[in-house]
Amino acid sequence: MPGFRPTLAYTLVYLGLIVLIPLSTLVLQSFKLDWEGYLHIIGGRRVLSAFRVSFTTALVAAAVASVFGFIIAWVMVRYPFNGKKIVDALIDLPFALPTAVAGVVLATIFQPSGWLGKFLVDNFGIQVAFKPLGIVIALIFISIPFVVRTVEPVLEEFDSSMEEAASSLGATRLQVFTKIIFPNIFPALLTGFALSFARGVGEYGSVIFIAGNMPYVSEIVPLLIITKLEQYDIPGATAIALTMLVISFLLLLFINLLQMWVRKRSGQL
Amino acid sequence: MNAITAPAPAASEHAQHKALKDPDWVRWTLTAIALGFIALFLCVPLILILVQAFAKGVDAYWAALIDHDNLAAIRLTLLVALTTVPLNTVFGVAAAWAITRFEFRGKSLLTTLIDLPFSVSPVISGLIFVLVFGSQGWFGEWLSAHNIKVIFATPGIILATVFITFPFVARELIPLMSELGSEEEEAALSLGASGWKTFFQITLPNIKWALLYGVLLCNARAMGEFGAVSVVSGHIRGLTNTLPLQVETTYNEYNSVGAFAGASILAGLALVTLVLKSFLEWKQGRRL
Repeated sequence: MPGFRPTLAYTLVYLGLIVLIPLSTLVLQSFKLDWEGYLHIIGGRRVLSAFRVSFTTALVAAAVASVFGFIIAWVMVRYPFNGKKIVDALIDLPFALPTAVAGVVLATIFQPSGWLGKFLVDNFGIQVAFKPLGIVIALIFISIPFVVRTVEPVLEEFDSSMEEAASSLGATRLQVFTKIIFPNIFPALLTGFALSFARGVGEYGSVIFIAGNMPYVSEIVPLLIITKLEQYDIPGATAIALTMLVISFLLLLFINLLQMWVRKRSGQL
Repeated sequence: MNAITAPAPAASEHAQHKALKDPDWVRWTLTAIALGFIALFLCVPLILILVQAFAKGVDAYWAALIDHDNLAAIRLTLLVALTTVPLNTVFGVAAAWAITRFEFRGKSLLTTLIDLPFSVSPVISGLIFVLVFGSQGWFGEWLSAHNIKVIFATPGIILATVFITFPFVARELIPLMSELGSEEEEAALSLGASGWKTFFQITLPNIKWALLYGVLLCNARAMGEFGAVSVVSGHIRGLTNTLPLQVETTYNEYNSVGAFAGASILAGLALVTLVLKSFLEWKQGRRL
């Protein structure tokens, strides 16, 4: 088979130039900081607040998206209805729609004078936009396809003979669901949750328009990085970015272990 | 489904049937929740874009579309996509060929590294290029001495976009090509075909739908990327604003028609992407 050397060489050089060397600057730049300087930046009140906002909103959004994503996947796989093809294509809209458009649209819908924003303020006194709740809404929008697309294939391949066996042994529908179906779907659901969470922590475009970006309240970590950069505080931006990068790699590792566990489990079934 | 259940006493048949199917009220409630959620989160935004874009009539919409800065943003977006997509397509094919047709050490590490850009926050993807090419970066002094602008200019925007869309083509081709195996290619080669001829006449026809699928996703992201580009662009209207950045600029200036006119183009792009994606999934007989 020809072409080993040229294709591998090209792959390595291109990977090095575009990905590895630029990413390594983040690590090298942070060596300019000593441990104390690093802790001083990361331990700052505004930085800690931003991390708290980013992680809690991503966590809540991933949880809500997991519930609704699971219901959507269930309906898509198990129930027949008209227009399923269109709905199926629409589920990927958050993947395809540029994040800035999503951000502008959600901010317009949920601002206090917007279509839903006005309804929520008038009837329930809940203001969504320019609050942490707005960030959660934007992240739910972004997360839905992650959950649906990880749960769907597992539901589709789910062996219904197990359900039949359980029901012939006298289980009720609720028992079949809680004891047979859900435990088998759960690892996939957890993977979808983790993917949503990882994406949500780093998300920028869809969030900044609806968030209001108030320091200590609704300022997210990616925005803080940009703010530091605009103030020419390169060490600050680098330290925060590196911390976030390490956290997202740990999350990625966790997701990979989870998927290995899922594969092993489904192999045993 | 019920026809194949194990033989059971007739009395329990009804109970069995019930345990296999969701009760009607559950079915209707769940369908209503799912479709309601999709309508609220996915359909309402699309409708809102059109309503807002045409809020002041067709003429205002058209004027916003052919606005000088808006056209410049569209041109820049097309330029970025036209540079980025071919670069990452050639890379994707080369990487998939090396990884799926040969055995070498560190192969799984290489596959992992190719996926790396997907797990980096867009803002950090922009930041790393500022660290390399910015005024305080590695090449900052050399670049400014030679009067070359990378950051706050088109090259920086292209670099950040190439980074963000790096894995799209490769990650579609690698699983497909390793599944297909290399027997057909080996047969062609043993019959005397050249390497290039084998690639164009055997490999390419086999992978064309997956390749197009990767190109489609790569293009959609390249045209729509916001976070990474936002860091390196400098937001100079008419010059370094891509269309998503132009949407942000006009929105922040309370120019609602302008912002949503731009958004309508990007939403149209997203819908075309979704339609083509469904078509390619159907052609490949698989999903994602």
